[in-house]
Amino acid sequence: MTKTGDKSCINLKLKVWRQKGPDVKGRFETYKTRDVSTDMSFLEMLDVVNEEMILSGKDPIAFDHDCREGICGACGAVVNGRAHGPEKGTTLCQLHMRHFSNGDTVVIEPWRSRAFKVVKDLVVDRSVFDEIIQAGGYISVNTGGAPDGNAIPVPQAAAEKAMDAAACIGCGACVAACPNASAMLFVGAKISQFTLLPQGLPEAKKRALAMIGKMDELGFGNCTNEAECEKECPKEISIENIARMNCEFFKAGFL
Amino acid sequence: MQLDSKIPDGPLSEKWDRHRFELKLVNPANKRKFKIIVVGTGLAGGSASATLAELGYEVMTFCIQDSPRRAHSIAAQGGINAAKNYQNDGDSIWRLFYDTIKGGDFRSREANVYRLAQISNNIIDQCVAQGIPFAREYGGQLANRSFGGAQVSRTFYARGQTGQQLLLGAYGSLSRQIAAGKVRLFTRREMLELVVIDGKARGIIARNLVSGEQEKHAADAVVLASGGYGNAFYLSTNAMGSNISAAIASYRKGASFANPCFIQFHPTCIPVHGTYQSKLTLMSESLRNDGRVWVPRNPEDKRPPDQIPETERDYYLEEKYPGFGNLVPRDVASRSAKVQCDMGKGVGDTKLAVYLDIKDAIERDGRDVITEKYGNLFEMYEKITAQNPYETPMMIYPAVHYTMGGLWVDYNLMSAIPGLFVLGEANFSDHGANRLGASALMQGLADGYFIIPYTIGGYLAQASLDTVREDHSAFNESSLQVETRIKKLLSIEGKRTVDDFHRELGHILWENCGMTRKDKGLKKARGLVADLRAEFWENVLVGGSGKEFNQSLEKAGRVADFLDIGELMVIDALERKESCGCHFNEAFQTEENEALRDDENFRHVSAWEYRGEGCDPVFQKEPLEFENVELTQRSYK
Ligand SMILES: Cc1cc2nc3c(=O)[nH]c(=O)nc-3n(C[C@H](O)[C@H](O)[C@H](O)COP(=O)(O)OP(=O)(O)OC[C@H]3O[C@@H](n4cnc5c(N)ncnc54)[C@H](O)[C@@H]3O)c2cc1C
Ligand code: SF4
Ligand code: FES
Repeated sequence: MTKTGDKSCINLKLKVWRQKGPDVKGRFETYKTRDVSTDMSFLEMLDVVNEEMILSGKDPIAFDHDCREGICGACGAVVNGRAHGPEKGTTLCQLHMRHFSNGDTVVIEPWRSRAFKVVKDLVVDRSVFDEIIQAGGYISVNTGGAPDGNAIPVPQAAAEKAMDAAACIGCGACVAACPNASAMLFVGAKISQFTLLPQGLPEAKKRALAMIGKMDELGFGNCTNEAECEKECPKEISIENIARMNCEFFKAGFL
Repeated sequence: MQLDSKIPDGPLSEKWDRHRFELKLVNPANKRKFKIIVVGTGLAGGSASATLAELGYEVMTFCIQDSPRRAHSIAAQGGINAAKNYQNDGDSIWRLFYDTIKGGDFRSREANVYRLAQISNNIIDQCVAQGIPFAREYGGQLANRSFGGAQVSRTFYARGQTGQQLLLGAYGSLSRQIAAGKVRLFTRREMLELVVIDGKARGIIARNLVSGEQEKHAADAVVLASGGYGNAFYLSTNAMGSNISAAIASYRKGASFANPCFIQFHPTCIPVHGTYQSKLTLMSESLRNDGRVWVPRNPEDKRPPDQIPETERDYYLEEKYPGFGNLVPRDVASRSAKVQCDMGKGVGDTKLAVYLDIKDAIERDGRDVITEKYGNLFEMYEKITAQNPYETPMMIYPAVHYTMGGLWVDYNLMSAIPGLFVLGEANFSDHGANRLGASALMQGLADGYFIIPYTIGGYLAQASLDTVREDHSAFNESSLQVETRIKKLLSIEGKRTVDDFHRELGHILWENCGMTRKDKGLKKARGLVADLRAEFWENVLVGGSGKEFNQSLEKAGRVADFLDIGELMVIDALERKESCGCHFNEAFQTEENEALRDDENFRHVSAWEYRGEGCDPVFQKEPLEFENVELTQRSYK
């Protein structure tokens, strides 16, 4: 492990959004943290800060996390104005402190969107994403009686494109990054996955209408082609998916 | 108590069909009168919840994350096995069965494993129908790869995100049932107690992790799919929230715990690099298909890897196991890495790492082909280590990965408590002393989609259950237990944080109950764990209150339970005086340093029954009968 004073350790000033609950006013608090190893991940840095806070009788910073390898979609915060921090295609848990410099001030705040209420500090309520999926983000098959897996061939290119869309981890960064707090990238990714596969076609129109309807009902904003979502998406989901969704939506409208 | 595995009679290949026929059915109109609690939304719990609801049962589903889609199953990378034989390379249900039994070093039930192999094919069909974007060949057929020690290509995959895609499939089906009003979903809830009435599982006590409120939920049966306990070791490849609390609470209420010492160490993980480290990252073992594992022949060799000539490299797996080479099963690969490092031949700063070199494969197949296969893994490696695998060999070391042990279940997946069923990694059922790669996803989905929907019906149809409500005294008692424990944790106000205790526990287990074990170390560990637990309950510092969102309190409860499973693990390891699969006791090895089983005395499942605080658990034995395969010494030469 690196030692104090080593060049691979840095000192930082953290400005962290603290908020006790959804209906309580929040504010930034400042903490100094010393000797942060640059090999640490961002969340490990927060772990260390939290350990110290617990030992000194303070309330540690609440944040969601689980897999810590960029796949569960639990983590996320706006760091210096960027969703999931400054690195492209990276979740907060995969961001390493080597991307910061000694003496930096790091501003950390939760996803901000009307549809995501703050639960505590950096933790937000993203259950609206689950509601959108419940509206139609699946293929309606019961367990049992499925035909042989190879019965319907799927062109490799289609499978690959569907996989590109299916890689979405449901983190919500796209909503946080969008000036309109739109969920179009998230919804477009799911709709695209199923539009690209033969299995998804029978319900394509119904799905598009139901999911988009739900999204609007839940108070997400509209897409005005800012493309901020694509830029901040840790899985680099393409806005092509939004175009594909719109296309499905229009097709469904002319039913 | 006698453990009855309830394995049906008849020839191996007919047992499951026959059993399904013999199981009593619940009349379709009556299904909605039965309430079922499912704890967990991973592959096992998610698939079970969806399928039970489709059948008409009233389902209540719980998970600790904010969304069912975030269960730890999401992180599985490599793939899922099935005996489809699409590649025409000699695979069959029998071969998958045989490989799994042998891979588990003959410490699992023939009947269970055979059923798993049979069902494997239905799983793939189901998942394709759900729109899971599996990898495809140019002709549009499903693609396969060979994985973790298999000599046939039977692993189906969706890039390096197979677990994610399978889980999102189950989550989709679950979401559909939520929308249909057949599943009530409770997120950010932690089950802390099992409620047992008249000897049967009838409900749970859960804590709302946002408000801290306790909730009582009654049902006709409880299905636990709460995952494994690898996190007892502090550092593991498991998600941070993976825990043993639901299973241990059930153990304390009378469910036996089977084979707790069977723990898998995954050979290809990114090595530990600092004391602040919170978890270990797995590099999919599919890399072993093309990567070559080596260390310098000379322990003193300090040169960077590209300056060490071929002749001075020790490709120890290829040399020792020419038949399987770099594809030996996980336990063998992990132990071999440890042996090399113990000889001082480890590489990197800590000397606790070996090289995994992809250079020859790039030369053979070209960079594009390799990038297509492993590009996302290389990116992940580079993000963490800041080293480029295309240029310099990766460094890997084994890490705690999977727990074969779990709550004991019979052939119906029912625990020793009637009405409590256990699925997925949380049970002990199919992997014996070592799990083969790509078999956990298969087992979780087999349990959830295709086994529990039948067997739970058999139970409910004949259980003649009284109506039970949440105001029953047993709910109050369990609820009081939870409250007392939370109060106690908060009132200690000691000097050490929860993580501090967790780290120490992990260290004790890693050193003494890890890849290789010795009686002496195990005995020492027993004392150390007991002392640590005593200190925990006197000196832990949690902070905050019980009536709020308190992540330190959540962790405290989980670590308290890890201390208990840690002790059970050590007790079990001491009792099993043989080596088998992942349990390698140095006193029992062949001349070639392979695990030496003792089939005469240890051809059994060891299960442990709880006898109360401060008492030793009682040992129970389920003998294993092998009627269809011959017990052989595993050899991968
Ligand atoms: C990095 C990694 C890669 C892997 N790759 C593969 C692979 O390629 N192929 C393969 O076959 N296997 C793989 N595995 C193993 C496999 O992923 C797991 O064994 C499997 O996903 C476990 O599924 P599960 O449904 O049993 O439990 P989990 O997915 O662990 O789900 C547990 C669920 O229980 C809930 N829960 C837990 N405790 C409580 C509680 N007290 N109250 C309420 N809810 C609770 C959680 O919220 C969660 O929903 C991998 C494992 C890891 C760690
Ligand atoms: S589209 Fe990208 S940013 Fe949005 S939820 Fe999915 S992964 Fe996150
Ligand atoms: S913790 Fe899972 S994506 Fe970051």
